[in-house]
Amino acid sequence: MPIPFPFSAVVAQEEMKRSLLIAAIDPSIGGVLVFGDRGTGKSTAIRGLAALLPKMVAVDCTYNCDPQAGDDALCADCRTNRAKKGPLKGRKVPVPVVDLPLGATEDRVIGALDLERALTKGEKAFEPGLLARAHRGFLYIDEVNLLEDHLVDSLLDVAASGENLVEREGLSIRHPARFVLVGSGNPEEGELRPQLQDRFGLSVEVKTPQDLPTRMKVVRLRDEFERDPDAFVVKWKGKDGKVRRLIEKGRALLPEVAVPDATLEAAGRLCIKLGTDGLRGELTLIRAARALAALQGDTEVTIEHLKAIATSALRHRLRRDPLDESGSTSRVERAVQELFGA
Amino acid sequence: MSSPDPNPAVADGGASAAPRQANPGPSPWEDAVLAAALMAVDPAGTGGVSLRALAGPVRDQWLSIMRDLQPEGTPMRRVPLHVSDGRLLGGLDLAATLNAGRPVAERGLLVEADGGVIELAMAERIAAGTAARLTMAFDSGEVVLERDGLAMRTPSRFAVVALDEGVGEDEGLLNALLDRLGFHLELTYIRVHEAIACDYDADDILAARARLRSVTITEDRIQALCGTAMALGIPSLRASIFACRVACASAALEDRPEVTDEDLSVAARLVLAPRATQLPPMEPPPDAEPPPPEPEEPDQEQNQSNEQQEPQELEDQVLEAAKAAIPAGLLAQLQMGKLRRSRSRATGKAGAVQNAPSRGRPAGVLRGEPRAGLRLNVVETLRAAAPWQRLRREERARVGQPSTRIEVRQDDFRITRFKHKSETTTIFVVDASGSSALHRLAEAKGAVELLLADCYVRRDKVALVAFRGKAAEILLPPTRSLVRAKRTLAGLPGGGGTPLASGIDLGMILSDSVKRRGGTPVLIVMTDGRANVARDGTGGRTRAGEEALAAARVVRSLEIAALVIDTSPRPQPQGRDLATEMGAVYLPLPHADANSLSQAVRATAI
Repeated sequence: MPIPFPFSAVVAQEEMKRSLLIAAIDPSIGGVLVFGDRGTGKSTAIRGLAALLPKMVAVDCTYNCDPQAGDDALCADCRTNRAKKGPLKGRKVPVPVVDLPLGATEDRVIGALDLERALTKGEKAFEPGLLARAHRGFLYIDEVNLLEDHLVDSLLDVAASGENLVEREGLSIRHPARFVLVGSGNPEEGELRPQLQDRFGLSVEVKTPQDLPTRMKVVRLRDEFERDPDAFVVKWKGKDGKVRRLIEKGRALLPEVAVPDATLEAAGRLCIKLGTDGLRGELTLIRAARALAALQGDTEVTIEHLKAIATSALRHRLRRDPLDESGSTSRVERAVQELFGA
Repeated sequence: MSSPDPNPAVADGGASAAPRQANPGPSPWEDAVLAAALMAVDPAGTGGVSLRALAGPVRDQWLSIMRDLQPEGTPMRRVPLHVSDGRLLGGLDLAATLNAGRPVAERGLLVEADGGVIELAMAERIAAGTAARLTMAFDSGEVVLERDGLAMRTPSRFAVVALDEGVGEDEGLLNALLDRLGFHLELTYIRVHEAIACDYDADDILAARARLRSVTITEDRIQALCGTAMALGIPSLRASIFACRVACASAALEDRPEVTDEDLSVAARLVLAPRATQLPPMEPPPDAEPPPPEPEEPDQEQNQSNEQQEPQELEDQVLEAAKAAIPAGLLAQLQMGKLRRSRSRATGKAGAVQNAPSRGRPAGVLRGEPRAGLRLNVVETLRAAAPWQRLRREERARVGQPSTRIEVRQDDFRITRFKHKSETTTIFVVDASGSSALHRLAEAKGAVELLLADCYVRRDKVALVAFRGKAAEILLPPTRSLVRAKRTLAGLPGGGGTPLASGIDLGMILSDSVKRRGGTPVLIVMTDGRANVARDGTGGRTRAGEEALAAARVVRSLEIAALVIDTSPRPQPQGRDLATEMGAVYLPLPHADANSLSQAVRATAI
């Protein structure tokens, strides 16, 4: 496997990096959508993050079940095993980061008949697809705006229910599939359907850095990496480790982070002011602010956390306002400014 | 940028301030050959070449040189325009699978080309999806296959030679692909006798490859490349990274341990110059600090100034090299072309191509039954049935049924999906106010009827919004019924104020909803531009006018194709202003006969 460029060596793009870390700390936020200019390190950062994520404890089954999970989040095998033999045993495995390539066929995504066994042994067995492999991990879609519609539909269904259902010629399988959706794309290639956009917890806009020192740094680091990837990765190992510990600490702290009523109220007011549809925006805003607090080592969510995360959490949920010519980013910023001051 | 005098000399176009050496520099052909050599030295690092030229002896000569330069055993693959995913990425080898009785994978072109070169035929027409598969392999250095029950990741690094046969500014390579190819070459203006053989051979390339890793590049030279990229208005950072790789490859090719200024100018000519979107600001007098690439590095401030001067001079030198490689006059065209292209791409992609069950170009297969109008894809159906054959035979044997050669069941059915251009919805926003209506409404109605006939021919939908008095209303939601449109129009009363902003707002909301459903809206505003009723229904020319212009700006920001037809007896500045703010085509009605009207609409609708 090719060596990924280290996450900590990605220059600038702070909002993108922070959003990815937040999604890693609290997977229930619902993933990250990264949209922006070409050549800004979108896929580089995501592939780099995959390499540094802390390992997770999983049962040695097809779906990487969590031994501590409730019955409804276990696969059929694990459920029977637990009922028969008592508590499940886990082992440490890397968090799966699964690529959903554009050319993927539907059967590979949702799972299908196991070809090898069907042809050689004549057995009817289910071969899990990408969704099964992404369970408890990340599902990464590059150029998400170019994904085939029918794939998007089945994906949305699973992402919403956390469970994948396959019914096909005598195969009837139901298995858990909870994953963090990470999508990236370039708006020039086409817009994303609003339904899909809304499924992402955070949305980030990336732009090419416009100052010379930053640009030089990017070129220099990339050149160094291309020359000798192994040595480069070793050199950045320490910094990547620091990021990993930040994620670990954040995850440990997350359950203890309190959300005071004042913060809840402020989040509500902001969403009302912006007129976001449904409660998903508000929920994500609070969760993301809590994860941000955990990332920064704070035990209480304050207005400052809300302010810091509001644009990422809300900018893709605004309805188009016919009377407003400015982009959604500045609309959120303006609303934050008006409500909470500078 | 205005050139000092209409001097036909091309090489000196932008460099009038500083007298340059008489040395004309390498010819375009020499540079093209050099690019082929540098790509061979570092295929993955330089990404490849976008080769803009029509098929002909010059292109053939370049391609054969490029092929000869590849060391022995380098895989070369040609990807046809409508390549299937199975062939591109790999998949299940149907014949072999049925023969062997076990799944046999077929390697895709992208995997086969590992370490070599992919030639992309007619690259200007490549589908965005195919391009995306290529770029993904570029970015990750591996081909990820998830098809037909196979899952594989195969490392593959290759260079792409994209044969761009585009003619004119609006035909060309997709930006996503273009951005990932280091070299952009244009062979169109090279004559056959200029296309001579090249000095390098495959052995030079092999030797250069061995040296490449040890080539070093200093900080100030990186700065010169980045600064030049910024001064030329190149946004993507990939360009700077490519320039850096190309400079290193050039040093390796010339057997230099370190990148020199010569290598920088090679990189500037071959990588940066073709990407330029602006000419660098006019050269300041030599003693003044040049404004754009501010050499502000606070931590180096205390170093003497002459240490800072050096990279600056170097950058100027690199910039000079890049500028010399930009043919005069090309830049202006380029800029306009780029702008136009990016706009049309942005508006077109959202809904211009739509999935359809049975019409248009084939665009992949889908599981499903061949019901009304859907076409069964036999090969894909067989492919889906293949793995089940043994199971089904055994199943049949168990229940005592005779076995068939190949058993296909309903679950295996695959249908071909098609894409066709999405339908256009033409939205007429008609000014029925007193100022407009009394003498012009009849003519406006006539014009709309003409356009309606046109829409009918193109099977477009039409919608009708009218504004008069205090507000605007949708008289006719998008429909294909020409009769209804005509009847509604005929019954349209005139008179009252001109709430122009409300009319545009409503037209825009309608356009937006058409867009969301996957259609392509075209907004046609027919008005004299003399707004006198504001959005809230109150009178007042100034405010009404301002609001109308603001509404027009929103239309432009949503990138809705628009046309303003000025219905006033004599064309007024208000109408033209409105069109400008809207980014719309302006057409005064007095000069608009049936032909020019429908032509204008057709041009807008594309």
